[in-house]
Amino acid sequence: MVTDQSSIRNFCIVAHIDHGKSTLADRIIEKTGLLTGREMQDQVLDNMELERERGITIKAQSVRTVYKAKDGREYIFNLIDTPGHVDFNYEVSRSLAACDGAILVVDAAQGIEAQTLANVYLALDHDLEVFPVINKIDLPSADPQRVIEEIEDVIGIEAQDAPLISAKNGIGIEDVLEQVVKKIPAPKGDPEAPLKALIFDSLYDPYKGVIIFCRIMEGTVKRGTVIRMMATGAKQEVVEVGYFGAGQFIPCEELSAGMVGYITASIKNVKDTAVGDTVTDDNCPCGEPLPGYRKVLSMVYCGMYPADGSKYPDLRDALEKLQLNDASLNYEPETSVALGFGFRCGFLGLLHLDVIQERLEREYNLDLVTTAPGVVYKVYKTNGEVLELTNPSNLPDPSEIEHMEEPIVNAEIMVTSEFIGSIMELCQERRGKYLSMEYIEGTRALLKYELPLNEIIYDFFDALKSRSRGYASFDYDIKGYEPARLVKLDILINREEVDALSFIVHGDSAYERGRRMCEKLKDEIPRHLFEIPIQAAVGGKVIARETVKALRKDVLAKCYGGDITRKKKLLEKQKEGKKRMRQIGNVVIPQKAFMSVLKLDDK
Amino acid sequence: MTSDIELYFHIPFCVRKCFYCDFLSAPADEETKKAYMEALQREVLARAPEYEGRAVTSLFFGGGTPSAVEAGKLAGLLQTVKEHFGISKDAEITVEVNPGTVDRRKLDIYRKAGINRLSIGLQSADDRELETVGRIHTWRQFQDAWQAAAEAGFTNINVDVMSALPGQTCKSYLHTLESVLALEPAPVHISAYSLIPEEGTPLVEQISQGRLTLPDEDTDRDMYRATKRILEQAGYRRYEISNYARPGYECRHNSGYWRRRDYLGFGVGAASLINNIRFKNGSDLKTYLQNPADCREEVQSLSPGERMEEFLFLGLRMTDGVSAEEFASCFGREMDWVYGDVIRRNTDDGLLEWRKCGAGRRLALTERGLDLANYVMAQFLL
Repeated sequence: MVTDQSSIRNFCIVAHIDHGKSTLADRIIEKTGLLTGREMQDQVLDNMELERERGITIKAQSVRTVYKAKDGREYIFNLIDTPGHVDFNYEVSRSLAACDGAILVVDAAQGIEAQTLANVYLALDHDLEVFPVINKIDLPSADPQRVIEEIEDVIGIEAQDAPLISAKNGIGIEDVLEQVVKKIPAPKGDPEAPLKALIFDSLYDPYKGVIIFCRIMEGTVKRGTVIRMMATGAKQEVVEVGYFGAGQFIPCEELSAGMVGYITASIKNVKDTAVGDTVTDDNCPCGEPLPGYRKVLSMVYCGMYPADGSKYPDLRDALEKLQLNDASLNYEPETSVALGFGFRCGFLGLLHLDVIQERLEREYNLDLVTTAPGVVYKVYKTNGEVLELTNPSNLPDPSEIEHMEEPIVNAEIMVTSEFIGSIMELCQERRGKYLSMEYIEGTRALLKYELPLNEIIYDFFDALKSRSRGYASFDYDIKGYEPARLVKLDILINREEVDALSFIVHGDSAYERGRRMCEKLKDEIPRHLFEIPIQAAVGGKVIARETVKALRKDVLAKCYGGDITRKKKLLEKQKEGKKRMRQIGNVVIPQKAFMSVLKLDDK
Repeated sequence: MTSDIELYFHIPFCVRKCFYCDFLSAPADEETKKAYMEALQREVLARAPEYEGRAVTSLFFGGGTPSAVEAGKLAGLLQTVKEHFGISKDAEITVEVNPGTVDRRKLDIYRKAGINRLSIGLQSADDRELETVGRIHTWRQFQDAWQAAAEAGFTNINVDVMSALPGQTCKSYLHTLESVLALEPAPVHISAYSLIPEEGTPLVEQISQGRLTLPDEDTDRDMYRATKRILEQAGYRRYEISNYARPGYECRHNSGYWRRRDYLGFGVGAASLINNIRFKNGSDLKTYLQNPADCREEVQSLSPGERMEEFLFLGLRMTDGVSAEEFASCFGREMDWVYGDVIRRNTDDGLLEWRKCGAGRRLALTERGLDLANYVMAQFLL
């Protein structure tokens, strides 16, 4: 087996969602022949069930294959997969840092999209050698020449000799493999230097403990090396090192500078092996850690409660298990008057939240009630304290608040010119600050806006798609905190405040949001024996109101031919329905009411 | 085992299915009807020995439209039943008829065969409303049937009317009620249902497509209230949620269901309750025709808890409610022990009330409780 650095290629594939990244990865693995056709699952890299269903890659995975090039030499390809969603930007950046080059996949029909740009710039920022390939050339609407020119114009990288491929149909893959050999530089680094390895992912395995995915930058690691994570300080003796077969871990003697592989060391928690951290040899440490480590911050928070209160311990166990594998998930217990015992959970973004929620429901069989997701606000109190607010219910009395700040993102939106107007209008409605607009070719523009994060976490993406008939694409980066006139909107049901329905909103949108909440809740809350007022209030002042009329008739007219069973089933259904409700004062509220108010369709 | 028993015969045929109907019923050719009536006879013969010695207090031919089969066949079936079951002298024997399917001849045959009660589905006196919901008859045809029934000697007749029909107004509904009350002779029993659109019926489809609209809630409400007011003024007593009768003419057969009397159902999909076991014939016609006495499904032996539930959610349909003493003697436990919280909650809410009755007590729905019967009854499920 070849081991010298000159025959190693560490690279990744970057693309906009749906441009064919995973399919190309599959073809590369197939053509490099480590797997027989039969072993090939449809998409080898995306091996979580959920990922396959959503068609996105959530957790970075990697694979090592061997390619026999036209020059007669064998090359080791370490293909490092990167998540394709903006929620996971930091993970993407760490994966990129483990590579020496990147293949840029662009759809021959759609051309460059916002995500393409964001990912390419990220790759270029990491000094990666990037070469483009034009995918889906077999589509009737493919226009490779236009896309090649677009790549050269917009990104400014050479694209004339970009392979024209169809990953789906296996066309042009050889070309891609040859370019990997020729265009992507071999790794550098001194195998004799003190160990310096970059963690770009990790995985918890019940037998081996945490499996660290890393790129060795300098030095060598093998069984017995005592390693130390420089940021978290965790220290352990290495049990095993190896590389990534497709879908399996293959142990080897050692990993040395330039190689990509895994380390296990009986580590119990992924929190100890933070992505971006540097692994070094505790007995012979390197001087400086690798740059770019950042503690992962949760950007979006929500309350998660078991629908059945007795399942609280199950939810706790499930979160604990998920966290073993997902250092970016955090949670702490909280109590709600309305929902009982649950957890306030922090996520990288809304997609991350969705994924976790689905996994809890699917893999752990939990029925959950989630509260409206919110961002982390900074509350500057008059006494000088600064509070990081993740749960609206904890907002101090207005008299104690000096001012509040909210997180702002830099957003880039790529849109065809006919929709510029409606997208700008959308950004305006969402309190966006216009920064710039540049035209990319004649018909498309890149809009830059500053937008408050809390305006985009709910349904911005949906609104964007619907107002551009699906043509707009979107990417963002956290910019920082800025002061804003924020208020807490409370919902009162039958004059009782329901803590789980409170949220923070900008003063200008309070009325509108309150009105829509009341309307929505009116439809969700069943009629009771009495009339139920639903009110939205800011600082004790009611700004919107709806009424659920009293129940007047609920009777089964005919019960025929003595078929009592049928009648009983109906009554049972009615009783079952009650079980899935929460009691607030005299009012029972269906659990879905807590969630449906998250989707206050804007149009 | 010598307790009384009721018999039900399901006739799953009609001329055309009404748009709101989700019962087991469909048009069929004469061959099928003939085969079915023969199958019923076979089922009667097969079952009868098991029930020897039990007095049959009521028989009910329901559907579907029992009058959609030849009168002779129905009479023949009744004859067989009389031969093999011990029918009480004063048994109530009802047949449901559709005004579009009866004439004097048919009614004479019924009368002679021993049928002593008719239930006529009128639903509305407004021809447009009748057409909208797919009824096959007109008000005029109903009047003819009524006259024919009187001439044939029937005195115990129920009329079905419906409120909340598509296109119905409060005025037109009142007109229906008044027309029914003005009949000569006046009916002794009136069933007044409010239409409940059932999933999967053409009616629901037409509503969802916007081709039909139901009266709004307030109108529906007004009709419902008017029913009680007008019928009580005319001397009918509301003895069950949807049923009104002149004194002494309450339907014994249906009351048996609410009182959990034993009943045996014959025919496809027919349900039975015998010795606290509920069972039901399968609803596939072909299977039934092949093996009428061997197609039982859903046999369920009721636990004491389930019996208590039924005692309440069935018994409370009657305006006189349920007797606390009867509960205690049936189940060996006081109703208050089992349902104290539910009863208290609902009496506090004004939906249930205790009434003195001789030396005992009865629990009954209040007027408001009758409107919200399902809401109350669901709480009695254990």
